[in-house]
Amino acid sequence: MAVEPAGTLPIASEQHIVLSRQMVRALCQDLKLSLVDQTKMITAASELSRNTLIHGGGGQMRWELVETNGRRGLRLHFEDQGPGIPDLKQAMTDGWTSGSGMGLGLPGSKRLVNDFDLHSVPGQGTRVSITKWK
Amino acid sequence: MDRIPILRMGETLLVTIQVDMQDQTALGLQDDLANKIAATGASGVMIDISALEIVDSFVGRMLTSISGIARILSATTVVVGMQPAVAITLVELGLSLEGVKTALNVERGMELLRRAREEQALGR
Amino acid sequence: MNSDNKAIQAVLADDEAAILDGWLTEAGAAEPGARRAVQTEAAELLRLLREALADGADTAGLASPAWAHVRQSLEAMSRSRAARGQSAGDTSVFVLALKKPLFPLLQARLGSDPAALSTTLWSVTALVDKLAQHTVTTFQQAREDIIRRQQEELIELSTPVIKLWDGVLAVPMIGILDSNRTQVVMETLLQKIVETESGLAIIDITGVPTVDTLVAQHLLKTVTAIRLMGADCIISGIRPQIAQTIVHLGIDLKDITTKATLADALALALTRTGWRITRGAA
Repeated sequence: MAVEPAGTLPIASEQHIVLSRQMVRALCQDLKLSLVDQTKMITAASELSRNTLIHGGGGQMRWELVETNGRRGLRLHFEDQGPGIPDLKQAMTDGWTSGSGMGLGLPGSKRLVNDFDLHSVPGQGTRVSITKWK
Repeated sequence: MDRIPILRMGETLLVTIQVDMQDQTALGLQDDLANKIAATGASGVMIDISALEIVDSFVGRMLTSISGIARILSATTVVVGMQPAVAITLVELGLSLEGVKTALNVERGMELLRRAREEQALGR
Repeated sequence: MNSDNKAIQAVLADDEAAILDGWLTEAGAAEPGARRAVQTEAAELLRLLREALADGADTAGLASPAWAHVRQSLEAMSRSRAARGQSAGDTSVFVLALKKPLFPLLQARLGSDPAALSTTLWSVTALVDKLAQHTVTTFQQAREDIIRRQQEELIELSTPVIKLWDGVLAVPMIGILDSNRTQVVMETLLQKIVETESGLAIIDITGVPTVDTLVAQHLLKTVTAIRLMGADCIISGIRPQIAQTIVHLGIDLKDITTKATLADALALALTRTGWRITRGAA
């Protein structure tokens, strides 16, 4: 798959979750991330795009290849105009060992990436941004 | 929608997941397995995930569900061939797949199912 | 700011050869040999600078996309010098030398307008300073990357995975168990488990100085990963003090088997994998 340094993918159906995984895989390979880092990033993307579809009512995944101080990375933004997350603090808590009834699975996804940013306004929408550095 | 094929080997149902599944496909597999276990009276289910490079929480929950459903139908489930990167990611995600038996490969998995069958026959 | 750019652009376009010559002389590359080595790099940077300014890049900072090629050129310059064993200072000094030829050329162009000359000289000084600063930052990043890689190699070297027996692996952990090391151990150990088709891994923590809640979490993660793949784990080398700390902190090791010594763990591993050892006359 040809890789653009930046782009958008709609998330409006289950098929799009699969496509987002494929896109992220191509981007990770382009960045030459290690296998474990690739697996973590693709898995995080799968979790977050599913959230966007199911909790956000659909939205998009925006990606960009980034660079700071000579270090390259991949940044993904999962954006929707859905109901938003009413209690951010709650959403970001879970015991490490719990794994059932996952809620949004945000803390888990956070552990898979280097940078994690959550921005949500009830009634307006949500944006989750994650970055993996090489 | 793709349907994952289920093979039958004696008392064991064998599933090999080789595609990047849509959520629907995973749910379909769960359904098909439940029906087939009941229909065949199989005592073992082996799910080979050695080709799966990504196991996210949805697939993880599916594996846990299948394991639970099979148990209720008196069958043992074993998931085999998990890739190291997948195991590391699942742990980081916080998913320990409680209740799901795992084995390194098909051979070990069959061994596990055989022992489980024996124990069940002994009424344990 | 933009009118300053015009003058700088014009000077870069019209007097490129003179700038290059003056720059390389100032940078101490007098002999033809040394000059040739850096000439291509320098000419390239001048060209990219000119293009960036022509594209309307703002001299206030180097972060915008218009400066991308210039940044990459500076980074390449920095990396190649780092590889040649030069210091961050060397690269910085090299870039700063660019000011020398620019000043008189700008003066010649803007001499009749002191105010314009003044602000333009300021702009060009600030710009070249930023270029030099960027090489320093990149240099440090490159160095940090090397150090990180060396640390990883060190961790790998100090956590060898040993095949103790058919189907039994052992990992003697030496040193502080942090998340970095845990990652490396997990990756190496799991890979070896697959390769050797081992059902049991013994993690020996004799060489781990302290076990607190965090360390325990790392160990638990490793054991969970091993079990997810279908193998099992024994933790050995638990000193009495560690055992006390574990109980004291209320750390729950769940159903993980623990043994005081590696020898005990091996004996258990053999039993579990069906081996029986008998002893005859020596």
